[in-house]
Amino acid sequence: MLRSILRSAVVCCSLLASLSTGALAAQKTSVKVGFVTFLSGPAAGPFGVPAKLAAEAIVDSLNRGEAPAPYQIKGFGGLPIELVIVDEAGGASKQVAEFRTLVQRQDVDLVIGYIGSGDCLAVAPIAEEVKRLTVLFDCGTPRIFEEGSYKYVFRTRPHATMDAVAAALYLRDTHPTARRIAGINQNYAYGQDSWNDFEASIKALNPDVDIVTSQMPKFGAGQYGSEISALFAARPDVIHSSLWGGDLEAFMLQAQPRNLFRKSTLVLVAGEPYLHRLPGKIPDGTIVGARGTNGVYAPDSPLKKWLVDIYKTRADGLAPNYPAYSVAEAFLGVKAAWEKAIGKKIGSAIPMGAAKNVKEEMDKAYAPPTQDEVIAAFEHSTFESPSGKVQMSLGNGHQAVTGTAYGATHFVDGVVKVEKIRYYKADEVTPPAGVKSLDWIRSGFKRGN
Amino acid sequence: MTEFVAVLVDGIVYASWLFIIAVGLTLIYGVMKILNIAHGSLYALGAFAAVSCANAWFAQGYAAMGSFAMLAVAAIAVALVFAPIIERGLLRHMYGKDEVVLVLVTYALFLILEDFIKLVWGVDPLFVQGPNYETPYSLLGNFDVAGLTYPNYNLLLVGVAIVAGLALAWALNRTRSGKLLLAVIHDREVSAALGINVGRMYFVTFTIGAFLAALGGALTAPTVSVVTGMGAEVIVMAFAVVVIGGLGSLPGAALGALIVGMVRAAAVHYAPEVELFSVYFVMAAVLIARPKGLFSGAEVRKI
Amino acid sequence: MTRDRTVLALLVVVAVLLAAGPFLPRWMISLFNVSMGYGIVVLGMMLLMRTGLVSFGHGLYYCLGAYAAGMIDQIWNVSDMLAMIGGGIVVTAVVSTILGFLLSKYREIFFAMLSLAFSMILYGLLVKSASLGSTDGFNVAAKTLAGMDITGKGLRLTVYSVTVVVMGIAALLLHRYLASHRGRLAGAIRDNELRVEYMGASVRATVHVNYVISAVLAGIGGALMAINIGHIDPEMTYWPQSGEFVFIAILSGTASVFAPLGGALVFETVRSFAYEYSPNTWQMVLGITMLVVMIFLPGGLWSLFTRKKVAA
Repeated sequence: MLRSILRSAVVCCSLLASLSTGALAAQKTSVKVGFVTFLSGPAAGPFGVPAKLAAEAIVDSLNRGEAPAPYQIKGFGGLPIELVIVDEAGGASKQVAEFRTLVQRQDVDLVIGYIGSGDCLAVAPIAEEVKRLTVLFDCGTPRIFEEGSYKYVFRTRPHATMDAVAAALYLRDTHPTARRIAGINQNYAYGQDSWNDFEASIKALNPDVDIVTSQMPKFGAGQYGSEISALFAARPDVIHSSLWGGDLEAFMLQAQPRNLFRKSTLVLVAGEPYLHRLPGKIPDGTIVGARGTNGVYAPDSPLKKWLVDIYKTRADGLAPNYPAYSVAEAFLGVKAAWEKAIGKKIGSAIPMGAAKNVKEEMDKAYAPPTQDEVIAAFEHSTFESPSGKVQMSLGNGHQAVTGTAYGATHFVDGVVKVEKIRYYKADEVTPPAGVKSLDWIRSGFKRGN
Repeated sequence: MTEFVAVLVDGIVYASWLFIIAVGLTLIYGVMKILNIAHGSLYALGAFAAVSCANAWFAQGYAAMGSFAMLAVAAIAVALVFAPIIERGLLRHMYGKDEVVLVLVTYALFLILEDFIKLVWGVDPLFVQGPNYETPYSLLGNFDVAGLTYPNYNLLLVGVAIVAGLALAWALNRTRSGKLLLAVIHDREVSAALGINVGRMYFVTFTIGAFLAALGGALTAPTVSVVTGMGAEVIVMAFAVVVIGGLGSLPGAALGALIVGMVRAAAVHYAPEVELFSVYFVMAAVLIARPKGLFSGAEVRKI
Repeated sequence: MTRDRTVLALLVVVAVLLAAGPFLPRWMISLFNVSMGYGIVVLGMMLLMRTGLVSFGHGLYYCLGAYAAGMIDQIWNVSDMLAMIGGGIVVTAVVSTILGFLLSKYREIFFAMLSLAFSMILYGLLVKSASLGSTDGFNVAAKTLAGMDITGKGLRLTVYSVTVVVMGIAALLLHRYLASHRGRLAGAIRDNELRVEYMGASVRATVHVNYVISAVLAGIGGALMAINIGHIDPEMTYWPQSGEFVFIAILSGTASVFAPLGGALVFETVRSFAYEYSPNTWQMVLGITMLVVMIFLPGGLWSLFTRKKVAA
């Protein structure tokens, strides 16, 4: 009996709580953004925490109105941004619960987040159900908009197919004689997809290649002695790897003393963030990607300088890595859409300036846009970011495409530099709308009719 | 031929690494009947401490070879700091409880230490590195077998594993305190009644077990990038080794480590697809054939 | 006498929860949904624990139940909520009956470890299954309930109400089972198997039956969770998930069928708020909570609600 009394007490309290928050929600003085990123677990160090630092730096700078054109307006359309940061650890089912908490208990205006592909896949339908704008900033799987269609979900970075296709193109362009191909990728969805896309791409470009071995160590395995022996014994010309974080560093630390790279060229599709961490451990000529034109591949621009400056002050002088660039894409994409929505309202309000209630009309026009207005402005938009121009052109205007780049490392004076950089345009490395990635690769990268 | 030799060498190296970690686990279980999940945290603590110590050593500009001593110092420091806190502060109040409750106590400890590590060392992966990019892993040079190159550091691992195993076997069977410990393992209450200081036995055992976990971590540190969550990956592997061998059995841990090491190496070379669950498959197969593991003593039936 | 009170209390709780449903804030509905899903799984853990067994691999059935619910939709295009739950029950019943022949011989840590091995083998198989999304898993959606369309605005409330009813039925049946002849053998087996055998009862058969019941409960919990969360992945059979079930079971205590349900709610609430208010140290908060409970309430949280001492 005590239990049911307790229960009813809890129920009453929560009812009161929900009523009171409902009354408060009327006035809008800030935009509350839920930001979800890894704060613990293996992805926290390389991705999660840089993303968090970037988000804090960007929000801080935007709120003070210090970003370069076209983003000089404070916050989102003049309203300051308020961040609620949540740990992404714990798997997809916990993230769904946390997402609901963010939207329903914290009542955030939008959610920006998710590095894990599984988390993105799981959260997208829930965002649709609770009708809250959700911007995925880092996850790579193409399945989100290839298998579903969403109104409230956007992804402001290109999907991972691009990384594999561009790596294969770069090899064709710079190592045309490579025949024996090997791979070492983590045994989970991203690692498997990376390898499958790369294998299909390289075979589509050159049917004569020979896949000598594909190693699939467990995620977080740490010990790669056997894998390195197996790779060594297979005598590959090229070793493809989508390893990242501690796994990549452990692999490099163990492989380099064993001279694995003396005769094999290494391709690290997500290797750019580790250049400054592994000087002396990355052999010269290693082909590295940054999953887009991020980091060393980002074209010089005031926006890039802005991001690098504000990030460095927060991260003890470290330059931002690609997750930080992805965060910038997400915040600036929302900001551009938000302000475009306001601009549209003002535009349509001006002819009515002759009407009686001028002040009222103008107030309405300058009021924060509704969620639907932001979404309408976001779809099919194009905006500038520190990594260049981003076009929301796939997935009915919800999935970004950008160009990408690869280059080869050269170690001089204690610093790893990237040379022989080649840029690839978005339509060289991304499937056209409505075609699934793997089908597009297998078709020989066919475009249009 | 190359592949066969590679499997053999890779398997032995991996088995040695596993053994150093698993032997502490089986020792603690054998004496205290605690399946210590926090063993994984001690392993991680050893690794983090080793990175800090070795990098501090390099930063002072001392001779690179001294970094090996730093690894040992780190392991000893972790054992001396954390074993008393955990055993005296927590576990000693829990003896006599159900085995499962004890497992969960160590699980709670594991969660707490996981965040403790994060608070102290942060979430960035760390690694041991000297001013000229040297690591203890590459310092010792290489050896070649059947066309494959291996760092001599691997031989160090094998050596430490053999020494640790033999030293424990000798201490248990040939020294007075070892024999007393065997009495405690056999019957805790009777030993206490005969005047053996069981509390101290437990404390010493736990400290040695913690040292072995930390040593495993410290020796791993130069070969990997030390990252939060590394303890969780290791502890399940160590469980598998210990269960295959028979809980609480020293030769069992050695055989278990060898089996797991060989199976894993063979899987990587001949069937990389199944590497992910090969270990659990072996564990299930062994338990089905020998329900209490390969080396297990008969139990006293209590009516 | 206590039995009648438990049944009555169960009915009251179910009625209150059903009546309160439309008035609860949405975040609370999802919190309750998740807790009840966990609660049903932990009911099964409780039965095993009463038998003296702890499984470190119950994620196996939790995951199988969820994948069964999801795959009925994928293969036969059936997305009826009852059919999905039914699918979870059938699959877990079949698998646990087969594995039970083997596992019912095992006790203590070896039972725990062999269960763990089986759950990790399933994990490995799912990770290798590209068609099931590997580690990313896939999305699941229930569209009808016994033929009625439930999509749209009221979906969460419907799912909530069904979950409440299923939980009520599961708890009630388990409560009756525990009070039955075979149910009472569980405690006896935990205390001393030989005595049970001397009494003429079959220990193995009882362990086997209890194992299957607990597996089916985990399957139901998994299927409900799949419908609730809308997404399933192999993480559901990874060992920390199984560890969490043991964790909640110990936290709750095993004295009453209410214990696991309440324990799951407390656990989810603590975790949810820890995530929110201490994103960097939520593991530490959970660990400390657990230690405090185990040290000061050896009989679990439920011992707060009982006056006479019940063996944990």
